[in-house]
Amino acid sequence: MDWQYFWELFFGGLTRGSIYALIALGYTMVYGIIELINFAHGEVYMLGAFTALIVAGALGIYGFPALAILIIAAVVAVIYCAAYGLTLEKIAYKPLRDAQRLSPLISAIGMSIFLQNYVILAQTSDFMPFPNLVPQPEFLEPIAHIMGASEVLIIVTSAVAMAALTLFIKYTRMGKAMRATAQNRKMAMLLGIDADKVISLTFVIGSSLAAVGGVLIASHVGQVNFAIGFIAGIKAFTAAVLGGIGSIPGAMLGGLVLGWCESFATGYISSDYEDALAFALLVLILIFRPSGILGKAKTQKV
Amino acid sequence: MRKGWFKVLVAGLAVAVMACPAFAADTIKFGVAGAHSGDLASYGLPSANAAKLVAKMVNAKGGVLGKQVEVIPQDDQCKPELATNAATKLVSDGAVVVLGHICSGATKAALPIYKEANIVLMSPSATNPALTQSGDYPNFFRTIASDDQQARLGVDFTIDKLGKKKIAVLHDKGDYGKGYAEYAKQFIEEGGKGTVVLFEGVTPGAVDYSAVVQKIRNSGAEAVMFGGYHPEASKIVQQLRKKRMDLPFVSDDGVKDDTFIKVAGKDAEGVYASSSRDVSSLPLYKEAIEAHVKEFGAEPGAFYKEAYAASLALLNAIEKAGSTDSAKIMNALRTEFVETSVGKIKFDKRGDAEGVGFSMYQVKNGKYVELK
Repeated sequence: MDWQYFWELFFGGLTRGSIYALIALGYTMVYGIIELINFAHGEVYMLGAFTALIVAGALGIYGFPALAILIIAAVVAVIYCAAYGLTLEKIAYKPLRDAQRLSPLISAIGMSIFLQNYVILAQTSDFMPFPNLVPQPEFLEPIAHIMGASEVLIIVTSAVAMAALTLFIKYTRMGKAMRATAQNRKMAMLLGIDADKVISLTFVIGSSLAAVGGVLIASHVGQVNFAIGFIAGIKAFTAAVLGGIGSIPGAMLGGLVLGWCESFATGYISSDYEDALAFALLVLILIFRPSGILGKAKTQKV
Repeated sequence: MRKGWFKVLVAGLAVAVMACPAFAADTIKFGVAGAHSGDLASYGLPSANAAKLVAKMVNAKGGVLGKQVEVIPQDDQCKPELATNAATKLVSDGAVVVLGHICSGATKAALPIYKEANIVLMSPSATNPALTQSGDYPNFFRTIASDDQQARLGVDFTIDKLGKKKIAVLHDKGDYGKGYAEYAKQFIEEGGKGTVVLFEGVTPGAVDYSAVVQKIRNSGAEAVMFGGYHPEASKIVQQLRKKRMDLPFVSDDGVKDDTFIKVAGKDAEGVYASSSRDVSSLPLYKEAIEAHVKEFGAEPGAFYKEAYAASLALLNAIEKAGSTDSAKIMNALRTEFVETSVGKIKFDKRGDAEGVGFSMYQVKNGKYVELK
């Protein structure tokens, strides 16, 4: 077996999987709390990339160093996307919280279409170049053919973000409130938890992670377009289902599994079947574990 | 009194009946179908502009058959399902001839509708070989050479000029890109001078292409040939360069678009792409460009000159045919030479323009330069 080739594919899959995982977290957290599939989540990722592009363009004029631009652009993108996520929840989902389950789903699809068209109108329908903001340090040059600086950055940043999220959920008061709300919203409210606040926070965190993913991937592939959120969103949603929707470690695992599956399918079989094999895996896993790899089977309360 | 009313009624009806066709035939309806919005709008909008400018010029000179030319644009976003809608709309609007569609997939989907309605269709950009070579669509013409010609040029260029023997052939799984790639593969294998070490389709819009890029490295390819459009090409080229692979990238007309250079930036340098021959010295070409700059204040984009030529050829054929009858228009297209912005052309039996062809271009200092 050609191990070098294997590792090349492994890290390629890890990079891609990390991005899927970052976006999948937003899907899974929202689903865990209000059982809504937020189809506009992919668009938040796209908005993150666009915001970073605009900020980077503006800062580039003033001759900031690349890394500073990347950090400022990422921070602005996170703030913007958090605001978008919050607004999305307030406008499109909160009024429908007590409606039947299909209504917020349609509302989510509507928001997704709205946000795409909003970007076409306000920005452009063209492909835009995204500046290369990740400097390539000398010591990474020997492994540049396996991983560039931008890939290392993607893997490290996602790992840090996921670790921080896990700690937040496990050890803070707000994290505890989130877990409680996810378990039983009514009961949590009776015990004095402000469920509205928890739900808003969930959207803010999910959108921020998506924004980070958007900025990272844009600086990695070097281009942005209004439609990038669609495929990334679908894939991340798949990752969330694969890992067990509602489960946070599940989303991370699902993202990585999907990334590796696609990468190895391309490398060892054919990229013609990249998507086919990824979804075949999804079907297989769901046959044997209907609630995903780490999902808990829900018993129907009577 | 009753009789009088009756007469008025009959007269009124007669006038009304006469007025209808007369009103409909008042203008020569010139349909323009293609991507006017969406991802690939940069391929379609220049053609719509070309049609408007040619119509304006012809109208200023008194029109065609003594009637004014009316341009009816229809957007298909290069999507087959929208193309059939656009075609149906143009047919019901009474288009005499149609310029379009832009993308091969959309053209293929729309063609049966035009054939049914017996309307002449001329594309400035749909290069799928089967559109003319299958012989299924006598009403289809084009002012651009077909893909197999591009693939032939690309293969000869890669093997003979660049001296590369091991070639990785990629495509975007679409009609246009896959067609190019399959012809390239066929020509490489038939020629016997090179080998195809990798033949793969990539998924358009995927998050990244690093796995495919690693596969290219692993295959030991000396050159990459890609069939498809600029969004995928720019991503693949950027990732190749990021992985420190400096092998030549040879592609097609879908990549010879300035958006490719804009998006791929410095990684675009040295990329080869084939496209229609440089005709910038032709007087009609210069006239076409000047008209565009004057009207829209900018240089035209992709397929503009082909669309300008197609518009001239179509309107000329109607004039020469002396009627809006499709059979006569087709006959005129096949027999009468016409001066256009891509040279003096007429069409062969299958609908391909005689006298148009491809050249290889390379990105040098942020611009495509024709290689002679």
